[in-house]
Amino acid sequence: MSTADILTLLFGMPGILVFLPLLGAIGILMAPPKWAFRWTVAVTLAVFAFSVPAWFGYGPGASGVAYEVNLPWFGHILGVEVRFHMGIDGLSLLLVLLTTFLSPLVVIAAPGHIRKREREFCFWMLLMEAGMIGTFLALDLFLFYVFWELMLVPLYFLIGIWGGPRRIYAAVKFFLYTLAGSLLMLGAIIYLVLQSTVIGPDGQVLQHGTAQVLELASRSPLAWTPQVLCFLAFTLSFAIKVPLFPFHTWLPDAHVEAPTSGSVILAGVLLKMGTYGMLRFCAPLFPEAFAYFAPWIMGLALVGIVYGALLAWAQEDMKKLVAYSSISHLGFVVLGTFALTTMAMKGSLLQMVNHGLSTGALFLLVGMVYERRHTRMIAEFGGIARVMPVYAFFLMVATLAAIGLPGTNGFVGEFMILLGTFESRPVFAVVGASGVVLGALYMLSMVRRVLFGPLDKPANKELRDITWRERGVLIPIAALIFWIGVYPSPFLDRMDKTLRKIQQRVVSIHPSGRK
Amino acid sequence: MEKLLFLIPLLPLAGAALSGAIHAGLAPRKSAGVVANLAVWGAFALALSLFLGLDPGGVMIVRGFTWIQAGSFRAAFDLRLDSLSAVMILVVTGVSALIHLYSVGYMAHDEGFAKFFAYLNLFVFAMSLLVLGANMLLMFVGWEGVGLMSYLLIGFWYDREEGFAPEATPARAGQKAFIVNRIGDFGFLLGLFLLATHFGSLDYGVLKAKAASGALTPGLALAVGLLLFLGATGKSAQIPLYIWLPDAMAGPTPVSALIHAATMVTAGVYMVSRCSFIYVHAPIALGVVALVGGLTATLAAAIAVTQRDIKKVLAYSTVSQLGYMFLGCGAGAFSAAVFHLTTHAFFKALLFLGAGSVMHAMHDELDMLKMGGLKKYMPITYLTFLAGAFSLAGMPPFSGFFSKDEILWQTVRFGDPFHVALYALGALTAVFTAFYTFRMVSLTFLGKERFDPGQVHPHESPPTMTIPLVVLAILATVGGFLGLPHVFGHLNLIGPFVERSTAALEESGGLGHGAEWIFLLVGVGCALLGILPGWALYKAGPGWGERMARRLHPLYILSYGKFFVDEIYAFLVVAPLRLFSVACALFDQAVVDGLVNGTARRCDEAGGAVNKVQDGKVSTYAAWFAAGALVLGIIVLVGVLR
Repeated sequence: MSTADILTLLFGMPGILVFLPLLGAIGILMAPPKWAFRWTVAVTLAVFAFSVPAWFGYGPGASGVAYEVNLPWFGHILGVEVRFHMGIDGLSLLLVLLTTFLSPLVVIAAPGHIRKREREFCFWMLLMEAGMIGTFLALDLFLFYVFWELMLVPLYFLIGIWGGPRRIYAAVKFFLYTLAGSLLMLGAIIYLVLQSTVIGPDGQVLQHGTAQVLELASRSPLAWTPQVLCFLAFTLSFAIKVPLFPFHTWLPDAHVEAPTSGSVILAGVLLKMGTYGMLRFCAPLFPEAFAYFAPWIMGLALVGIVYGALLAWAQEDMKKLVAYSSISHLGFVVLGTFALTTMAMKGSLLQMVNHGLSTGALFLLVGMVYERRHTRMIAEFGGIARVMPVYAFFLMVATLAAIGLPGTNGFVGEFMILLGTFESRPVFAVVGASGVVLGALYMLSMVRRVLFGPLDKPANKELRDITWRERGVLIPIAALIFWIGVYPSPFLDRMDKTLRKIQQRVVSIHPSGRK
Repeated sequence: MEKLLFLIPLLPLAGAALSGAIHAGLAPRKSAGVVANLAVWGAFALALSLFLGLDPGGVMIVRGFTWIQAGSFRAAFDLRLDSLSAVMILVVTGVSALIHLYSVGYMAHDEGFAKFFAYLNLFVFAMSLLVLGANMLLMFVGWEGVGLMSYLLIGFWYDREEGFAPEATPARAGQKAFIVNRIGDFGFLLGLFLLATHFGSLDYGVLKAKAASGALTPGLALAVGLLLFLGATGKSAQIPLYIWLPDAMAGPTPVSALIHAATMVTAGVYMVSRCSFIYVHAPIALGVVALVGGLTATLAAAIAVTQRDIKKVLAYSTVSQLGYMFLGCGAGAFSAAVFHLTTHAFFKALLFLGAGSVMHAMHDELDMLKMGGLKKYMPITYLTFLAGAFSLAGMPPFSGFFSKDEILWQTVRFGDPFHVALYALGALTAVFTAFYTFRMVSLTFLGKERFDPGQVHPHESPPTMTIPLVVLAILATVGGFLGLPHVFGHLNLIGPFVERSTAALEESGGLGHGAEWIFLLVGVGCALLGILPGWALYKAGPGWGERMARRLHPLYILSYGKFFVDEIYAFLVVAPLRLFSVACALFDQAVVDGLVNGTARRCDEAGGAVNKVQDGKVSTYAAWFAAGALVLGIIVLVGVLR
């Protein structure tokens, strides 16, 4: 690598989005502990500032990959060159921006609940951000895998050190469960890469092997049996991450034990890795298997939507309720992903962002009352809208977004997913739409029991309304909730071409994937 | 000029934002009343000027920005003003404006004064989107928006529990309204999906053209018609989803008048009329609409007969009157339904505001048995209430008579047994209606005081409250002349006007107009049959009613207990679902997570077993080494021997 290459890598887009938090993490080890939070806020804000140009650079109607960095990395593995290949396209753009947007908010909110080993916390947060951004940006299978696994470690420590009473159990469960899925995916990656070298009968190399995702996505897919096996390996790994029913049980444990910041990152960004992976890898690399298994996976998604909602309704702990609601919401995303219409796929990608915002806000809000009352049991509250009117306002906004009220982002996403699904598989959309009713049921029950009714518990009478710092965290999220709800075109137009290409790839190869 | 149409929703939106800021402390909270009133009166003035400037039969489409686009589907913020939406927006903004004025007096002492006006303005914003939206998706936006405002306004006094049944506190009633409506919305959404997938658009103009071109098959029309109607049964409180509306009375009375009587609850009728071009292709769907409307009208009226809570009487009356409107829609008489919607908005808003005035005077008393003799304390409220009562009871020449009889005539006109039976239900309902209305008037205003005048000091309400009452009373009295029956000559103004925007069923035989006279007289008879006993038997107090209640005990309990529909739903739907949800939670813990942890434990045990191999003793390792070497040796040997 030349010096110029290294400079591009470190300071050009999109490398800087990964390396800035990494450098920030290293820097924090040298900074005095009391500066830790301020330092981290500055770094994450800088990363956000550097990511904003991508929004303008990858404008409405853009196609292909922008800001590509493609450099040789550490030589050859399995006869295939491993490259440091990153770039931004319509699929990764919004998710990267979601990550850079949520990260500073989480760090700003963190001093409220992180009251020990602050410097370490900040270190892991920055490492986490680098890992998440890298995962979305990577266009090389090995590079992707590195970032994918890298993300596990910070979250493991975030839960394990700053978590609740059962934090070790939750952290280990999260780690092992996702790792088990990842290993299958690693196997599939190795097979896929080995398979990509085509050697003719005379020993001549007809096609060079590659680990580049976009290159693989333009070649003809694998033979049926290996394609199915690889598809299942990738999909299982992603399904655990999403999580898709029945692989979801690590999620409530992880959320309940994680500190607020961990939950926000987990729900806001990490879960989307799974649905992102399905669109990035499963669809273009294994198009036939994708179309073939679509009804089965959509079936699981439907179970998740209804079952997750019913579980959420049964919860007495606010955080657990929000955690189970994620299973239901992500069910919509998976449903739309596999519906194989552009309408549904666009809805899915938008809904990933929407869920990151609304559920991120909900976890922040739950954390805010937890910091004040040291309980999250719904029955311990009641009527707190009287003493915390501003809090009540924001909880209402996040709730309305979560239940998909028109005017909020949640409606646009759910509507597009359900309409797009209805186009290809009407019955699935009908069942999915019932989730809209159940969503209102559990969210509004929770809101009523927490905010409304008489203020009859003495401990609640003393509650302070949220501070300006807390409002500062919630206002940007609320603004985006309404922006996407009222004027989603700037978002939808940026993903249009990329998703259409993925959809075309599947549909043109497999006729049963309609439209 | 056309772009001004956007100001009708945007003015109240701006008013809401400003009132919200005032609530947050921007200015003295009283100023919110002025701001909100200016916004909604401005919207009314605009609606009026656009209405007057509307080319008869013309359609005005004002384009806004694209909202959702994917593939060939596109939905935009376009507004549409035609004769139907013009009538509707006039009613909505007009009644809203009067009720905003009334609320200044009614809510004067409430600490949430500014918030209340922010909510009311936001409601008008959502309602005008619902009415003016040029596509069904925009209607759905407004539809959900008014639902949200209904939820927030029912629960406006969210921490009150005293005086409410435990399952019908304001907070619970709001939630019930929202969730029951969501069940209806489920149908609405699916109807939209069907239309969007088949026609690639939800624009009324496009859909109408497709329907006219024959692309709307009868099966599709039936499915869409029924699904959309499920939505209407939620919002407009019809069987099986009407149960939320009576509980919604937990909200402040101006809200009951505006949202839960005059405007929002009529959205379903508006939607069915808006989609009349679909329904005329689906006779079965129309039959269902008529049947549900007729049954709801009768059931709700039968419940209203025995209620003691003045707002409950009015709530069930609203459910019943909405039933009439659907009866009209189901008979293909969409303009008659819209006519009744209009007169009902006048007289029911009037009655609710009158009830609010009574509550204002009686320290929030709702039980009519604890009232009586209020006539002399509040003459303006009494006289205006009486105008509303005659209108509701269907007494000529008050407005309710003309609109209700138009619906009944359009129903019976078919002459077949189904429609004649529906007519009979409607006529029976008319008797019930007249009876409970005058029972209410008598118990509230006539007879002796059944409260201690020394303790409660009833008084007439301030002018901000009585002026709207007087205006509405005038409208309720003369509003019927907008749509005089055919037999009086071609003097019907509203019917042909609305019919420019609605589709019509093909004319098919039935009764001639000569018969209309007979049914008009029957209508008057029904009204008198209810009014006279309602007045005569209760004018001296509730004594007669209590004797009848004892004599007809089972019937009384059935009616007073609202036919126990809430209890039946709780037992058949809510409790099983709740149980299932808890069962799922247990299943998830025990089985799904149990399997995960079980797998982990097996792995752990297996690991533990293998672990024993490495016990740290050199001799054990040596033994394993030897065994391994032996196995390897045998394999090699076998290979060689081959």
